[in-house]
Amino acid sequence: MSAVSHNHDDLVHGHDDHGHGHDEGMPHVTFKGYMTGFILSVILTAIPFWLVMAKVIPDNKVTVAIVLGFAVIQVLVHMVYFLHLDTTSEGGWNMLALIFTAMLLVIMFAGSLWVMYHMNANMMPVSVEDMRNMP
Amino acid sequence: MHETTSNLQQLLLGRLGWEAIPLHEPILLMTFAMVAVVGLAVVAWITKIGKWNYLWTEWFTSIDHKKIGIMYIVLALVMLMRGFADALMMRLQQAMAFGDAVGYLPPHHYDQIFTAHGVIMIFFVAMPLVVGLMNIVVPLQIGARDVAFPFLNNFSFWMTVSGAVLVMMSLFVGEFARTGWLAYPPLSGIAYSPDVGVDYYIWSLQLAGIGTLLSGINFMVTIIKMRAPGMTLMKMPVFTWTALCTNVLIVAAFPVLTAVLGLLSLDRYAGTNFFTNDFGGNAMMYVNLIWIWGHPEVYILILPLFGVFSEVVAAFSGKKLFGYASMVYATIVITILAYLVWLHHFFTMGSGASVNSFFGITTMIISIPTGAKMFNWLFTMYRGRIKFEVPMLWTMGFMFTFAIGGMTGVLLAVPPADFVLHNSLFLIAHFHNVIIGGVLFGGFAAINFWFPKAIGFKLDAFWGKVSFWFWISGFWFAFTPLYILGLMGVTRRLSHFDDPSLQIWFIIAAFGAVLILFGILAMLVQIFVSIRNREALRDHTGDPWGGRTLEWSTSSPPPPYNFAFTPRVHDLDAWSDMKKRGYVRPTKGFIAIHMPKNTAAGMVLAGLATVFGFAMIWQIWWLVITSFVVTVGAAIVHTFNNDRDYYIPAEEVARIEDARTQQLAGQA
Amino acid sequence: MANTATMNNASAQEFYLTEEHHVENGTMLGFWLYLMSDCLIFACLFAMYGVLGANYAAGPSPKDLFDLELVALNTSMLLLSSITYGFAMLEMARKRKTATLMWLAITGCFGLAFLGIELYEFHHLIHEGAGPQRSAFLSAFFTLVGTHGLHVTFGCIWLVTLMVQLHKNGFTTVMRRRLNCLSLFWHFLDVVWIGVFTFVYLLGVLR
Repeated sequence: MSAVSHNHDDLVHGHDDHGHGHDEGMPHVTFKGYMTGFILSVILTAIPFWLVMAKVIPDNKVTVAIVLGFAVIQVLVHMVYFLHLDTTSEGGWNMLALIFTAMLLVIMFAGSLWVMYHMNANMMPVSVEDMRNMP
Repeated sequence: MHETTSNLQQLLLGRLGWEAIPLHEPILLMTFAMVAVVGLAVVAWITKIGKWNYLWTEWFTSIDHKKIGIMYIVLALVMLMRGFADALMMRLQQAMAFGDAVGYLPPHHYDQIFTAHGVIMIFFVAMPLVVGLMNIVVPLQIGARDVAFPFLNNFSFWMTVSGAVLVMMSLFVGEFARTGWLAYPPLSGIAYSPDVGVDYYIWSLQLAGIGTLLSGINFMVTIIKMRAPGMTLMKMPVFTWTALCTNVLIVAAFPVLTAVLGLLSLDRYAGTNFFTNDFGGNAMMYVNLIWIWGHPEVYILILPLFGVFSEVVAAFSGKKLFGYASMVYATIVITILAYLVWLHHFFTMGSGASVNSFFGITTMIISIPTGAKMFNWLFTMYRGRIKFEVPMLWTMGFMFTFAIGGMTGVLLAVPPADFVLHNSLFLIAHFHNVIIGGVLFGGFAAINFWFPKAIGFKLDAFWGKVSFWFWISGFWFAFTPLYILGLMGVTRRLSHFDDPSLQIWFIIAAFGAVLILFGILAMLVQIFVSIRNREALRDHTGDPWGGRTLEWSTSSPPPPYNFAFTPRVHDLDAWSDMKKRGYVRPTKGFIAIHMPKNTAAGMVLAGLATVFGFAMIWQIWWLVITSFVVTVGAAIVHTFNNDRDYYIPAEEVARIEDARTQQLAGQA
Repeated sequence: MANTATMNNASAQEFYLTEEHHVENGTMLGFWLYLMSDCLIFACLFAMYGVLGANYAAGPSPKDLFDLELVALNTSMLLLSSITYGFAMLEMARKRKTATLMWLAITGCFGLAFLGIELYEFHHLIHEGAGPQRSAFLSAFFTLVGTHGLHVTFGCIWLVTLMVQLHKNGFTTVMRRRLNCLSLFWHFLDVVWIGVFTFVYLLGVLR
C-alpha cells in the first residue's frame, strides 16, 4: 500500500523545479523543535516503563491511569514536534481530519468495548473458563 | 508415483484442479457457454472494426476523469445484469419451491446466488455507479481540469474491475461464498466453509476496497484543493457537497472493512482465533466491526444520490434549490451520525437494554436530517415550473418510494419491533426499498440527466419513461409482498417453504421481478435507440436542461481540459449566475494547458493484483510470492517515471474552442 | 436593466481567469488523509485486542510472556530512528545531499534493528508454544504488533527507494515532497507504537 500511495505526483498543476518560491504544504523544520520533541519523548517513555518495571506504585489502577496519561501526552508531543501539526497547515484541513479521526477512533474503540462487554454480561458464558469466573 | 504427481500438482496449482470447473451443473455450464459466446462475439466485433488500439489509448489507459467515470458506469451496468439475473433466479426458486416441489436450484447453488447478488449489487453496481458519477461530475462542477491524482484515479478504477473479475471468475472456477453478503463467522470460518467461496469473497472485496479507498482520498483532495477561484465551501454545488461527505465516509469506513476482512483471512489462512468458537474467539466481534464499516457504507451509497436529486429538482423546477444551507448541514450531520448507529443491525445479539436503546434512539435521530432534505425537495418543487423529463420522473419516483422505505426503517429502529422482524423478509423489503428507491432510482436519474454532458447527446425520452414505469411498478409488485410475508414471520434466505398458503405472495413478487426485467430491457432499448438517433438527440449547446452549475457551461462532451479558462465563481449556482449576468464566452487569447499523460501503469498494477488475489484464493504459493513481489516492484518502478505530463498547445485549444463557437452559432 | 448590461459587458473578464489557475499541490494533504485511514485500521486492531485481550483460553497471559526490557530496547530503536529521520529532514532543508543520505541510512538501520528485535521476540514466543493460534489474546497480539511491524518493513523498502531516487535526482520539489511523506509515515508509526507499548505491553503486564 505505502509503495503505491506515495507515488502520485503533481501531475496537473505546477512543475517540478520551477516551483513558486516556497514548498507548498511542507513544514518548516528546526533542530530545536526536533530535539525538544526527542527529549520530551524519551522522558515520557522512560517514566512509564520505570513505573511498571520497578513496580513503583503498589496500586495497579493508579499506575494504569498514569501510564495512559503519559501515552496521551507523548502522542501530542509527537504530533506537534515530529508530525509538525498545527491548526494552519493545509488550511486547517489536516487538523480537522485528525479531530474527525480521533473522534471515530474513540467511538469505535469505546463503542466496541461497551457493546461487547454488555453482550458478555447478558449472555450465557461461552467457555468453561468463563463459567468459573461467573459472579 | 501417484503421490509425486499430486504433490507436484499441489505445488504448481495449489487447490486448483479440474474438479473446480462445475461441469456437473447444467445451469452454470449454460451460463458459461452464453458468457463465452457473447464475450467472443464482442472481441470479434472489436477486432473486426479495428478498435483495440482506440480502446487502449483512449479509454483503458486514460487518466481523464470523464472517461474513467464512463467506464465505472459501464462496469456498474454490466454487473447490474449479473446481479439482476441472480435476483430473478431467486424469485423464481421461491415462487416454485413449496411443499413437495423443491424448485430448480439446489441449496448449495441457491446460497451462492443470494450471496453473490448482495455482494455484486452493493460493491460492483452501487459503488461503481456512485464513484463513476462523482468522477464525471465533480471536477466539472468545481471548474477543475481533472482530479488531484489522475493516475491514482485510473488505478482505483482498475482495482474495482479486479474485484469484479474475481467475483465473475468464481462462477466458472470453483464457487462463491455461501454465507450471505457479509460472510458472518463462524459460518465463514475455515471450519464451516473450507472451500474457496469465502476466499473469493475476501479477495474480491479487498482489491475493490483498495480502489475505493484511494478514490475517496483522491476526491477529498480534489474538492478541497481544486475548486475554481471564488467557490467557497458554501458556494459549492450540492452534489459536490454530498460527494465530499461521501468521500469522508469512504476514507473513514473502508479501512475498517480492510481490517476486518484481513482478520477473517488470518483466521482462515493462519489459524488464528479471532472469530472462532474455541480458544477465546468471538464471532460477534466480526459482526460488530463489519457493521462499523457497513452502516457508513449505506450512507456512502445514498448521500451522492441525495445530491443528484437536489440538482435534478432544482433544474427541472426552474428554481433555486430550497434551503441550500440546511441541505449542507443535514449532509454533514448524517456523515457524523452514520458512525453512531451500527448496532441497529444486530439488536438481537444480546446486548442489554441500555445499549439497544442508545442505538435505537440514534437511528431515529438520523432520520431527521433525511426528512429535512425531503421537505427541501418538496419546497423546491412548490410553485416551480416543473418539467416532467425523465430525470425528474425518477426523482419523484424516489421521493415516493424512499419516504416509505425510510418509515419502515424507523419501525425497525425500535428494538422490540426489531426482535420480531430481525432477518425477516420485512427487513429485505425495507432495505431494497431504500437502496432501489434511493440509489438505483438516483443512479438512473443521474444517468439520464448527465448523459448528454458525458456523451454528447440526450437519451431517448420515450423509452426512458417506459423503463421508469416498469421499474417503479415492478418494484412495488416485487417488494410489497415481502413486507407482508415478513410481518407474518417468514425469514430471509430460504430456498424452500412448507406452507402453501404463502405461495401466492411469492408469485406476485416474482411477477414484480419480471416487470423490473422489462424495465431493464427498456433501458437497454433506450440506450440503443438513442445511439441510433444520436444526431437528432445531439446537444449542441452544452446546456440541454437549462442547468445551474458549472458543468453545463462547457461543451457536451467537454474537451479534455474541461474549461479553456478556469471559471471565476461569484455565487451559488455559478452557471445560472453567469447566464443571468450576461456572460460572454471567450473566443480568443487561449493559452497552452498543462495536462497529465495517459499511462498503462494502473491497469498493469491492478492486473498483477488480480493475479495475486487469484493465487491467494487457490493457495498457489509460488504465484502469491511472485505476483506480490512483482506488484511492489512495478509500483516502485512507476515512481521512477518522471515523464507524466504534457501541454495541449494553445493552437489546439483554439481549434477546439473555435469549433464550439461555430457549433453554437449554428444553433442560434 | 440597460445599466446592468453595460456594467456586465465591462467586466466580462470577471467570469474567468485569463491565466492558468494555480492550484496548490494536494499530495501532502492526500497522504495525511491516507495516514488517517491507516490509523483507523490500527483502531480496529486495538479494539480487537481490547475485546479479546483477556481471552487466554487457559493459555499464557501477558505477565507470563512479555519481556519489558526487550520492549524498552525496541522502543528506543524506534525513538532513535525518529530523531535521525528528523536530522535527515534538517539536512534536506540545507540541501546537503550526502548528509541527508547518511542520516536516512542510519534511520533505516534503526528500523531494521527494530524489526530484528521484534522478529526475535516473535520467534521466542512461538518457540515457547505461545504462537498466534494459541488463544484469541495471542492472535490479537501478534496481529496488532505484526501489522505495525509490516508497516515498518514497508517504510524501510520505501526509504531505500527514496534514497536511490534522491541519489539520482537530487532535491527536486517532487523528491522533497516524497521525503516529507515518508517522514509523516515514519513518525506516524512511532505514534502507533506509543499506543502499542502502553496498551499492549505495559498495561498487559499490569493486568
